[in-house]
Amino acid sequence: MAQYIVRRLLALIPVLFGVSILVFSLIRMIPGDPVIVMLGERARPEDIARLREQMGFNRPVYVQYIEWLGRVVRGDLGTSIINRTPVMDELKQRLPATIEMVLVAMLIGTTVGIGVGILSAIKQNSWLDVLSMFGALIGVSMPIYWLALILIYALAVNRKILPPSARIDVELTVVRQTGFMLIDTLLMRDLKLFWNAVWHLILPGFVLSTVIMPILARLTRSSMLEVLRQDYVRTARSKGLREQVVIMRHALKNALLPVVTVLGLQLGGLLGGALLTETIFSWPGMGLWTYRAILSRDYPIVQGAVLISATIYVFVNLLVDISYAYLDPRIRYH
Amino acid sequence: MTVSVGLPTQAELTIRRSRGLFIDAWRRLLASWNGRVGLVIVLLTVSIGVIAPIVDPYDPHIDSNLSQARQAPSIEHPFGTDRLGRDVLRRIIHGTRISLTVGVLVVLGSGSVGAVLGMASGYFGGTVDSVVMRLMDILLAFPAILLAIAIVAVRGPGLGNTMLAVAVVGIPGYARVMRSMVLSIRARDYITAAQAVGVKDLRIMARHIFPNALSPLIVQATLGVGGAILFAAALGFLGLGAQPPAPEWGAMIGDSIPFLRTSPHMVFFPGMAIMLSVLGFNLLGDGLRDALDPQMTV
Repeated sequence: MAQYIVRRLLALIPVLFGVSILVFSLIRMIPGDPVIVMLGERARPEDIARLREQMGFNRPVYVQYIEWLGRVVRGDLGTSIINRTPVMDELKQRLPATIEMVLVAMLIGTTVGIGVGILSAIKQNSWLDVLSMFGALIGVSMPIYWLALILIYALAVNRKILPPSARIDVELTVVRQTGFMLIDTLLMRDLKLFWNAVWHLILPGFVLSTVIMPILARLTRSSMLEVLRQDYVRTARSKGLREQVVIMRHALKNALLPVVTVLGLQLGGLLGGALLTETIFSWPGMGLWTYRAILSRDYPIVQGAVLISATIYVFVNLLVDISYAYLDPRIRYH
Repeated sequence: MTVSVGLPTQAELTIRRSRGLFIDAWRRLLASWNGRVGLVIVLLTVSIGVIAPIVDPYDPHIDSNLSQARQAPSIEHPFGTDRLGRDVLRRIIHGTRISLTVGVLVVLGSGSVGAVLGMASGYFGGTVDSVVMRLMDILLAFPAILLAIAIVAVRGPGLGNTMLAVAVVGIPGYARVMRSMVLSIRARDYITAAQAVGVKDLRIMARHIFPNALSPLIVQATLGVGGAILFAAALGFLGLGAQPPAPEWGAMIGDSIPFLRTSPHMVFFPGMAIMLSVLGFNLLGDGLRDALDPQMTV
């Protein structure tokens, strides 16, 4: 197992190297002079010179890359062009909000998705199966920002059932410790605040969960149907085990293996979906920040956010692969 | 299905012999409900996209009537009007061409680049394979939407850059499918035979491997059109895709957010258009998958 992990870690090096080159090249892909594009046509010459110097544009490209990489490895992602604060500082502020939303979305998405998938497989071809698989098809075809707006209209605009934006009511203040609202409110031992935070998480969390829910439902169903046909399930049944035990203990464990992998791969979809969701719900996370940076051409932020997202994605998938190898020992010997 | 009794006639035998893989697949496609429904939606979308500009020439630059702004759906305007008094239904109809063009061009672009890379990677193996697949791993390391947004952000908003971005993001998917197909085909006897008699690599790839690897590529491409439409609409929604006044569905939704409270129809109908067309391609893709490879599941 240790050997497998080391092998996978080594395989990551070229990928991360490539990711860094691509992210580095992003700013150099700007048509025309990137400094003028970033500062605008009417920028003062001294500002242009300062930024050019700061970005290192007057040195050879490979020197620029090595210097940039050196800074990135030390945790320096550059400074924002607009408010001149270090990108890393802002990122630390923003990341917990996004992670919190993504985790809630994963929780909702996996619970409902896998649950529906199991039920559909057990009751194959029943109306429940047909209905939920049709729902899953609709789900993968639907733009999530549209669903978000429809839900806001239905639940938050006219009837104020759920809040349409922000992480907590404006009049409430939370002492920031971890940046995770649910944890910080609990640390303050204030249940009212905690429930308020939960309340604000439901709508964006649910909307984002629809990115993975239909995919997981379809996959769980087909994987479960496959497993239910296997000999060991027949054996378990013929031993006279209760159907519930057969399904939960013998079938589900094996059926969930491919689901674990897909869940890891879908994290990318969730991080991308978070950008759309945060934009709509004014959620002060990485997505909204990146989006605003794009609109204001604050490229160091865009660069930093893309780099961090890719790195998170790569490492989570490494963890998924490792856990997969742990769950299914056959993988390790390939 | 009909059950024939007795020996087949000579005529029946000829028909059966002439049936190829694709005709069989076509029959299976028409026999499945998702294939049928998907085909109908896709054909309908395509006909709207093709016919609309001929029947009703539309210039979004001169289409506005402020006295009619933000009207709720009525008989005159079945989907209502938008903030400039433009008929929403008419704009959705004319937006069909944009979305379809994006979907098809993106798939052609990423599909052909991906297929060539996957083919080379699977056929030659060795260094070519490692280099190509590592490149694909790097592209896959980025959350797709984020990479697309970053590319558009850097290259500037607009439909052309949107298509470029969405196409780039899609390449690894096709390359991987193609590669795995080539790997399984390359080991077959007929390839060894072709190599033994001295057929050139390029010819083997084009004549013997490609046709046999086509099925999964077709499925991937069909699902890809839906995916590309969804993607490009998301960029349009964020204001990074097609620019106003183009009647692009995603941009129409993005444009209407400030009026969500009073005129939800401006958000509702373009979203339905996106969903239906994407659903069509997804159903067709699912149907094709079942039809082209009956052994494969989801």
